[in-house]
Amino acid sequence: MRSYIIRRLLLLIPVLFGIIILTFAILQFFSPVQRAALFVTNPNQFKDINAIIQKYNLNAPVYVQFYSWIGQVLHGNLGWSQFAKLPVTDAIIFFLPATLELFLFAVPLTIFIGIRLGRLSAVHRDKPVDHVTRGLAIAGYSLPTFWLGLMLLMVFYGFFSGLFPPGRLGTAADAFVNSAAFTRYTRINTIDAILNLKPWILIDALRHLILPVITLTVVNIAFVMRIMRSSMLESLGKGYVVTAKAKGLDEKTVMNKHAGRTALIPVITVAGYLVSGLMSGAVITETVFNYKGLGYWSVNAAIQLDIPAVLGFTLFVGTVVVITNLVVDLLYAYVDPRIRLG
Amino acid sequence: MAPRIRELRFSLRRIRDSPLSMVGISIILVFAAIALLAPVLAKPNPRDAYSIPKFGFSPTPKPPSENHLFGLTQDQYDIYYGVIWGTRTAFRVSILVVGSALLIGLVIGAIAGYYGGIVDEIFMRITDIFLAFPYIVLIMAFVVAMGASLDSVLKALIIVWWPSYARLIRAEVLSVREEDYVEAAKAVGGSDFRVITRHVIPNSIYPILVMASLDMGAVVLTAAAMSFLGLGAPVGYADWGQLISFSQNWIVGPPGHPFAYWYTVVIPGIFIFFFVLGWSLLGDAFRDILDPKLRRR
Repeated sequence: MRSYIIRRLLLLIPVLFGIIILTFAILQFFSPVQRAALFVTNPNQFKDINAIIQKYNLNAPVYVQFYSWIGQVLHGNLGWSQFAKLPVTDAIIFFLPATLELFLFAVPLTIFIGIRLGRLSAVHRDKPVDHVTRGLAIAGYSLPTFWLGLMLLMVFYGFFSGLFPPGRLGTAADAFVNSAAFTRYTRINTIDAILNLKPWILIDALRHLILPVITLTVVNIAFVMRIMRSSMLESLGKGYVVTAKAKGLDEKTVMNKHAGRTALIPVITVAGYLVSGLMSGAVITETVFNYKGLGYWSVNAAIQLDIPAVLGFTLFVGTVVVITNLVVDLLYAYVDPRIRLG
Repeated sequence: MAPRIRELRFSLRRIRDSPLSMVGISIILVFAAIALLAPVLAKPNPRDAYSIPKFGFSPTPKPPSENHLFGLTQDQYDIYYGVIWGTRTAFRVSILVVGSALLIGLVIGAIAGYYGGIVDEIFMRITDIFLAFPYIVLIMAFVVAMGASLDSVLKALIIVWWPSYARLIRAEVLSVREEDYVEAAKAVGGSDFRVITRHVIPNSIYPILVMASLDMGAVVLTAAAMSFLGLGAPVGYADWGQLISFSQNWIVGPPGHPFAYWYTVVIPGIFIFFFVLGWSLLGDAFRDILDPKLRRR
């Protein structure tokens, strides 16, 4: 196991390096003046942009530029985000909790419902139940995220005006959360509300979360369901399932204990892709619901040509996905000896 | 050739028996008809067929009427015209992006899988890097870099989409490379090019077609999202996502009529939804039908 971990950690280095190179390649589309914002740490430096161009060799050959840029990146300086009015690193820290809060609800829901539907569909293969569940999942996957969000806003606003508002918190709750009476431990509102024992903040936060979480979940369920379905179909044909049935075990036990458990493994391995899909979804969902997280920040930065923010976000998300994949693979190897020894 | 024809017949029968795939095919045919008949269904704007005609300057949308079947958006763009010609935009985007990505992926994947070794290692590490990013995030970065426009979105989509094809094709090539018929073709003196194009690719094409079918929809979804965010097609261009972006300020109607402007959101959205649904249904049905592991169970 230890040699497997070491091998995987070593493999991480070239991929992370590749992510940095790709980000740098995108950066080369911009003029030196635009690129200068990546080296700024406070807005006063914009007054003397030429000094920055000189200092960081922005007119020099590409490899010289890369050297000065990577030095900055490794020191955690990703530039100044004009949209957030913060250094990019601070902006990421500022907007991250909101996105994490979305994931906190959307990830378990997506996985739970997806697994349930996938199993249901596989067990009843080619029966009406299968067609209906698959049809629904495919419909969910085919819904444009932004359209689903807008439709939910329209319907819920029309029928229950104001019950599920956009944003993260209502005005009163927002003022209270930022006052001295409330400690923001994690900046994840629902958790902070519980820690501060303030149920009305919790309810307010949940009301704002419901629609974005539904949106994110609906468009990502199909992905989990599809994998669960095909892996369940495969394990249903395995010898030990046939044996268990032949020995007279009841259908339910065989499905849940014999076929169901092994079928879960492929679902675990795609968790990294799920994070990737949810991040794409969050970019759009947060924009539609005016929910101020990482996605909201990146889209508005993109529209305003806030280049350091867009590239910083890209670099950050790429790194997160790669590390998630690594953690998933290590867990997988821990569970399944065929992987770590193979 | 006999077994190949038998398998094809079997596949066609499975397609006919699968209700989901028949629905998918019908939806796609309807859209193809709309795209072909666009000049008949909506008289092209003489200035530029892809620019939606404007009927006034009022910021408030107008409900469907006799002259404007689906109503007018904010700033009075005709929704009917937009969705009809938007169908052509959707086909153009999906065919161009999936076609180019498939072609690039086919060349790189076939080379990597067939030759293996260091070439394979280099190409696959490059694809790893692209696949580490969520699609929307990387596409957004490229679009910002190239300047917001529909062309940039197309280019960005191709840049981001080819690695998944390269990966899939490489895996397929790896599995057929060791087959006896490939060995036989080499033994009788077939060149690498001939072996790859005549034996390796035809025998690994099905999973690629499944993916291409699913991607036809996915590409349009992503492009529409970019237009919606204001990074894609310019204002007034016949594009579904762009049409929906008009509706953002009109989700809620005036007091007492919460659904007054429903048509600005619902109609263009239905077009995107069904277009993507058609391709997804088809791809999903193909996946089951063509998957040798599940095919005859």
